[in-house]
Amino acid sequence: MEPSELKRSKDSPNSDESTRRSSFPDEVLERVLSLLKSHRDRSSVSLVCKDWYNAERWSRTHVFIGNCYSVSPEIVARRFPKIRSVTLKGKPRFSDFNLVPENWGADIHAWLVVFAAKYPFLEELRLKRMAISDESLEFLAVSFPNFKALSLLSCDGFSTNGLAAIATHCKNLTELDIQENGIDDKGGSWLSCFPESFTSLEVLNFANLSSDINFDALERLVGRCKSMRVLKLNRSVSLEQLQRLLVNAPQLAELGTGSFSEELTFRQYVELESALSNCQNMHTLYGLWDAKGIYLPALYPVCTHLTFLNLSYAALRSDELAKLLAHCPRLKRLWVLDTVEDKGLEAVGLNCPLLEELRVFPADPFDEEIIHGVTEAGFVAVSFGCPRLHYVLYFCRQMTNAAVATIVQNCPDFTHFRLCIMNPGQPDYITNEPMDEAFGAVVKTCTKLQRLSVSGRLTDLTFEYIGRYAKNLETLSVAFAGSSDWGMQCVMGGCSKLRKLEIRDCPFGNAALLSGLEKYESMRSLWMSACNVTMNGCRLLAREMPRLNVEVMKEDGSDDSQADKVYVYRSIAGPRRDAPPSVLTL
Amino acid sequence: MERRVNYENDLNLMATEPRLGLPGCGDDEPQRKTNPSIRNNKRTVPEISEVSSSESNSSITMSGSDDQDSPPPAKEQVVGWPPIRSNRKNCLQSSKRNEVEGMGMYVKVSVDGAPYLRKIDLKVYGRYPQLLKALENMFKLTIGAYSKREGYNGSDYAPTYEDKDGDWMLVGDVPREMFISSCKRLRIMKGSEARGLGCV
Repeated sequence: MEPSELKRSKDSPNSDESTRRSSFPDEVLERVLSLLKSHRDRSSVSLVCKDWYNAERWSRTHVFIGNCYSVSPEIVARRFPKIRSVTLKGKPRFSDFNLVPENWGADIHAWLVVFAAKYPFLEELRLKRMAISDESLEFLAVSFPNFKALSLLSCDGFSTNGLAAIATHCKNLTELDIQENGIDDKGGSWLSCFPESFTSLEVLNFANLSSDINFDALERLVGRCKSMRVLKLNRSVSLEQLQRLLVNAPQLAELGTGSFSEELTFRQYVELESALSNCQNMHTLYGLWDAKGIYLPALYPVCTHLTFLNLSYAALRSDELAKLLAHCPRLKRLWVLDTVEDKGLEAVGLNCPLLEELRVFPADPFDEEIIHGVTEAGFVAVSFGCPRLHYVLYFCRQMTNAAVATIVQNCPDFTHFRLCIMNPGQPDYITNEPMDEAFGAVVKTCTKLQRLSVSGRLTDLTFEYIGRYAKNLETLSVAFAGSSDWGMQCVMGGCSKLRKLEIRDCPFGNAALLSGLEKYESMRSLWMSACNVTMNGCRLLAREMPRLNVEVMKEDGSDDSQADKVYVYRSIAGPRRDAPPSVLTL
Repeated sequence: MERRVNYENDLNLMATEPRLGLPGCGDDEPQRKTNPSIRNNKRTVPEISEVSSSESNSSITMSGSDDQDSPPPAKEQVVGWPPIRSNRKNCLQSSKRNEVEGMGMYVKVSVDGAPYLRKIDLKVYGRYPQLLKALENMFKLTIGAYSKREGYNGSDYAPTYEDKDGDWMLVGDVPREMFISSCKRLRIMKGSEARGLGCV
């Protein structure tokens, strides 16, 4: 059978040449490629030759766009005709910490309009740091009859009215995941908008919302959605109500409890414990708002098969955590508040040998008076007991170079090392030296390191180390660090795989910015705020590199020549047209 | 030691307290200035932080606040730092409210001879012996057992507390609930001094 006979007429440029090389008919190639899920693999495939590029674009069903301004919806729709699932990320990450002005952009609506025309069978939409209005949510709800999954993480601009529209119209919805958003919570009536005939929900996460929902409506919803596997409740759901839900949903794999603090009678406690022990599939536990230590034993039956425990909203003490962890031998991921202190982290090291990820959040990040929280000792204790640890996010008030060296010696497989010493520019508290050697040890030892956040007092030496050793580094976050342009130059010159660089309050200027001239097109984005970059430096960059968008955000009352906040990213869509007046595109 | 000069003008009890702690250890001074690079970490002896201040004067850190020569007021917050999402901040704040209303009750603890104070949550310890044990562990000293007649005679240290009237009382005399509601701060006195309190 001649391959050329099976070729589609629309995609054969140099057909003679490519048919000689191609040994598969298009349909077979597409079938094979359709099994490829990773978007990076797909990108690589599309670069092999024109045939493969076309086969890949026809077989792709999910598109991941890490920066919504790097491409336009029209370009995406033209290249990928068969998309059913879209993941879009918008604002720079520092918008989570209020460093990006309001109405900066990243509005989803223009995308939805194009999708409604080109992808009427769109099923999934996952957004991170995008602006989305109620009108957009309503438009989404009525434009896509097959719509199944909506996930909103760190988004803003919408209210519970938008959720009501989704609940009302999306008859095939399987997933509604609302996480950590700036949502205008107008009340819980949206939940009651799911029709009584609606049974398809598998994932429901409304932990982010504060108002009371109609519990009867929720109970009925959970009761009839037999495939529900993820349920994350908000704080308004009481322990007693939780028990009633669990009785009807023992199949749950992930549970976010509501408030874990009310007074229970003995009988209620026993019933709760019994309902939890029936949840044999449960591997993730979350929520536990205001958890009181005395009720934690009700969780023990579930703890034995837990792999992810998120206690970052429960201010537990060290002894309470220790008792709980004694029942969690299979834990792989643990998030806690620093109220557990070093003693609590010692218990982690003792009880959780399979631990791969640890995140320790500060309970009182802005209160300098109270001394609690965790120190280097806790981190070291975990490293001794958990050799498989590869992801850490650690907020602390003191650290030493020696401790970090020990930690990475015990755990050389770090892929994500995010250390936040909360006082800016704080040195090693014992030797008073900068923390350069700590991060030097990290990059020298952890050859698989992909993501690094540095803190504490750091000179250019830290960045020399990073540029020299961190060859797999993709994401770097820097704040209040460095001594001169040389630091950033080392990073730009040495980290060949760097994709995202975010810098604030560092003494890096134009020379540093321009040293990355060649590099920015291979990166997703660069953020620099409160550094020494000037408007002229930015203009030069914009002039030299026309395929980059160089955006400057000015602060009120600042010097005209200073570029207060700079955001640089590659784009094939050209400069954006929806920038607010405070954002200048050069 | 220049800071003692400030003290002499104060009329508060601190000035007359025969403590061996370095002056300026507590947060009685509302205008305590700190260099943002060196946090007012109570584990650090103040002298060390002064030395470090001069060192950090030469480093070019852009801490987003004033220059190194005149440290800004201690409470100045840098925008967006520490990097915590607003959602989490809001949740923590409402948790904290619950805590303050219903739970944690931190008081300062000073020990004769120690250079800095600690803080302890009184509500954590359901009974006096637990509190005493915690104090012993925290400061690596022995307090021993309480007796109604002798107080803490026989031990190196005695725990005392300042009550709402400003008087220094021996820990253990009153029921725990009354103690918790009236205790403003703790002081662990050296046994030799405490013997004056024990025998009435």
